[in-house]
Amino acid sequence: MVELTLNGRSVQLDVADGTPLLWAIREQTGLTGTKFGCGIGACGACTVHVGGRAVRSCSVPVESVVGQSVTTIEGLADSPTQLHPVQRAWIEHQVPQCGYCQSGMIMAVAALLESNPAPSDDEIAAAVTNICRCGTYQRIRNAVHSLAPAAEVRNV
Amino acid sequence: MSEQMQQGQEPQPPQDQPKRSRLRKWTRRAFIGAGAAAGGGLVLGVGGVLLAPNRLKYLPPGATPGDGQLGTWIKISPDNLTTVLIPHCEMGQGALTGLGMLLAEELDADWNLVEIQQAPAEDVYANGYIINAFLGEVGFTPPGWLQLPLDFTAFKMADIFGIMTTGGSTSTRGTGAFGMRLAGASARAMLLEAGAEQFGVPVEELGARGSRVTHAGSGRSATYGELAALASTLDLPRRPTLKSREEFVLVGTPRQRADIPSKVVGAAQYGMDVVVPDMLYAAITKAPIPGGQLTSVDQAPARAVAGVREVVLLPDAVAVVADGYWQASQGLAALSPQFTDAGVGGVDSEQIHARHTAAIDAEPIEATLEGARAVTAEYRVPYLHHATMEPMAATARLAEGRLDVWAGTQDPLSTRRVAAEAAELDVEQVTIYNQQLGGGFGRRLPGTYDYVEQAVHVAKAISPRAVKLIWSREEDMQHGYYRPCVHSRFRAALNSMGRPLSWANRFTGSRFGDVGAATPRYGIEEIDVRAVPLPVHLRTGAWRSVAASQHGFFVESFVDELANTAGRDPFEYRRDLLEDEPRHRAVLERAAEMAQWGTALPEGHARGIAIVESFGSIVAHVAEVSVDESGSIRVHRVHSAVDCGLVVNPNGAEAQIQGGVVFGLGAALMHEITVEGGAVAQRNFPQYDMIRLAQAPVVSVSFINSGAPIGGLGEPGVPPVAPAVANAVFALTGQRLRTLPLRLT
Ligand code: FES
Ligand code: FES
Repeated sequence: MVELTLNGRSVQLDVADGTPLLWAIREQTGLTGTKFGCGIGACGACTVHVGGRAVRSCSVPVESVVGQSVTTIEGLADSPTQLHPVQRAWIEHQVPQCGYCQSGMIMAVAALLESNPAPSDDEIAAAVTNICRCGTYQRIRNAVHSLAPAAEVRNV
Repeated sequence: MSEQMQQGQEPQPPQDQPKRSRLRKWTRRAFIGAGAAAGGGLVLGVGGVLLAPNRLKYLPPGATPGDGQLGTWIKISPDNLTTVLIPHCEMGQGALTGLGMLLAEELDADWNLVEIQQAPAEDVYANGYIINAFLGEVGFTPPGWLQLPLDFTAFKMADIFGIMTTGGSTSTRGTGAFGMRLAGASARAMLLEAGAEQFGVPVEELGARGSRVTHAGSGRSATYGELAALASTLDLPRRPTLKSREEFVLVGTPRQRADIPSKVVGAAQYGMDVVVPDMLYAAITKAPIPGGQLTSVDQAPARAVAGVREVVLLPDAVAVVADGYWQASQGLAALSPQFTDAGVGGVDSEQIHARHTAAIDAEPIEATLEGARAVTAEYRVPYLHHATMEPMAATARLAEGRLDVWAGTQDPLSTRRVAAEAAELDVEQVTIYNQQLGGGFGRRLPGTYDYVEQAVHVAKAISPRAVKLIWSREEDMQHGYYRPCVHSRFRAALNSMGRPLSWANRFTGSRFGDVGAATPRYGIEEIDVRAVPLPVHLRTGAWRSVAASQHGFFVESFVDELANTAGRDPFEYRRDLLEDEPRHRAVLERAAEMAQWGTALPEGHARGIAIVESFGSIVAHVAEVSVDESGSIRVHRVHSAVDCGLVVNPNGAEAQIQGGVVFGLGAALMHEITVEGGAVAQRNFPQYDMIRLAQAPVVSVSFINSGAPIGGLGEPGVPPVAPAVANAVFALTGQRLRTLPLRLT
């Protein structure tokens, strides 16, 4: 039994030690927005925030995050009616295609923007190495740039 | 069977979504509710009125009234909300939105009052019936090349409308766009007729717009919702008038896709995400060599893993069932199953390539037109995997003589047949709950439902409990339906001006060995293109853009070689050879113009051009490349010109081409499935890596509305990528790379 804070709520997960955080979240909490893509940390579909940092949850044993604060795509928005700016930009720029990678993509981008609010293309590419098989990269870049503070000024 | 469609499976709109998230799953309950279905389902839903081709006179040949073969397309409720039911699954290509737009256009509905819903997997929605009946009665013949907008694969097009023959004829594809438009136009005519009756004026004096019928003379008007009940009692128009393209007001305008809001909050439910009460999880490993059979396995190590409930042996696979997927996969990892090698354990890629070469040697090209300058070249492309982002997964429950299956497939109806067969049940005893697809690209087409079959077999073993079977990425990579490996040999003879007099081509057979895709559109007098069949033990299938994915590379590389031999500019050379193909020529010129062909580029950069027609659309790419210090090819920019006849939703159309470029670029630069010891050697992304943000070029797209019939968009962006890049590499380095993936030596 491990205890952690998930999307702001304290939860107890009844899983064996060694179980990756990904499967604990998906199967124990009913939150399936965090996706399985490769299981070896190579694709980013499973990205969540642990203590505000982007983490590939398939490669993190659940006991290593005991007592920490974990956020999934379902908990990213402040409230059900107020989407996170990255989510809003994703709709605005019509980013998703099949959508399967996009939970992880959005979580990775949201974490990047916390530390670097106006990243260059190279900085985005270096920080967000998630795979999108549908090839939505160009819209991802556009959506990220639209969130940069300077971009908001430009839009006024 | 129909009652099984409910079970509370209709996803609740997630709370954190804007209210107008307009994509929901249809359930029968949504329509029937307290309302009665009268005479074949004319009135459905509480206060809902069906205006679709659902009348006895549209019954298909051989059908009897009331046997439920006709389906629902449009519902208009008293509050003036129009619901469009689309018998198709969304894979991210925006087809639901595009098809809905075509219908709403003809209906003159207010797009903000239109809700798009996805039809369930029932024969009622095998809409070949509807369309055939509809077309037959109305007397239209679909134009040969008319295709669905925003299609993804030709095969899916067939599947959308329930016509299960793999390969989907063009007329079948055509009925999609056509059927939606006819349904919209019919409903509009009926609403106008109802307005005429209600206002007591001649129908000619009425206009319809924005979900409202208006009588200009008296200023009276009524919403569609107010007229729907009356309209539903009227006869269907025998020949509804379709708009001309000039009259379109909705089609051609950029619209947000209905499926997107749920995908940014993690609420969209994919096959992988299904949760059924009391279910268990299964991991599976199948014989690594295709055709291999399980000979022995010691089950004890798996059973010793905490949480493991069962080990299920299938003729060619072992599955471990546990309380959670992780435990199941740990149990599976503890096993050492033994499989036969099906007699192909010694086969590797080198041998396969040698067989291809030998097969082509056996079909020599006769050297005709002696005296002319001959050019010969030989190309090859490897096996490729779809590598959908979501690995295969299916959930099944076999209990009390019924089978329920939850999975994402490109064709729920044929999935149902596969599942029924595996369970030895009648299809009536099987219900498919289709889910969102985490990518398709051809991997979830009819004939590829091995994962569903396996889930059913495992469910049988643990009946009555449900089981979710999840393929690991490794399992997914090793058990694909691969894009075939193909070798292609060319010989052309040029006249003294460098113009080809003859073009001969022999290529090894793929399952869809497509002479059509290999035949150039250039003005060449003598064209001789032949496929040489070559059976292989690997499973092959349709891969985004199918045969054009190989032959686009071959043909457009070879014509570049001809231009070079002739000492001509590759763009101008193609343009001159396309003198009788005005659409192709216009596309080629547009791409060259976008890329400022012929102007100087930064030092170390070069351009390449290629043009390929596939699925009714013509696409030309100009790629700008450089080579870095390590010898890796970098693609900076791709300019795309596209003639798909008519763009329904420019927003979605652009995304499809951009995505197609990235997909094609993976094949051009990275991807290769190889065979070692009879089995696929690649296991996970490190061995089959993907284009990521760092490698993704800037793609600019320009559409030409040529007025031609609607062509596809999901696939045609793929084929010209590899040749455009290879041609640019040649321009830059002088090296002609004839093998994919492109690697400089
Ligand atoms: S599933 Fe975790 S990185 Fe791919
Ligand atoms: S949207 Fe399909 S994988 Fe990214």
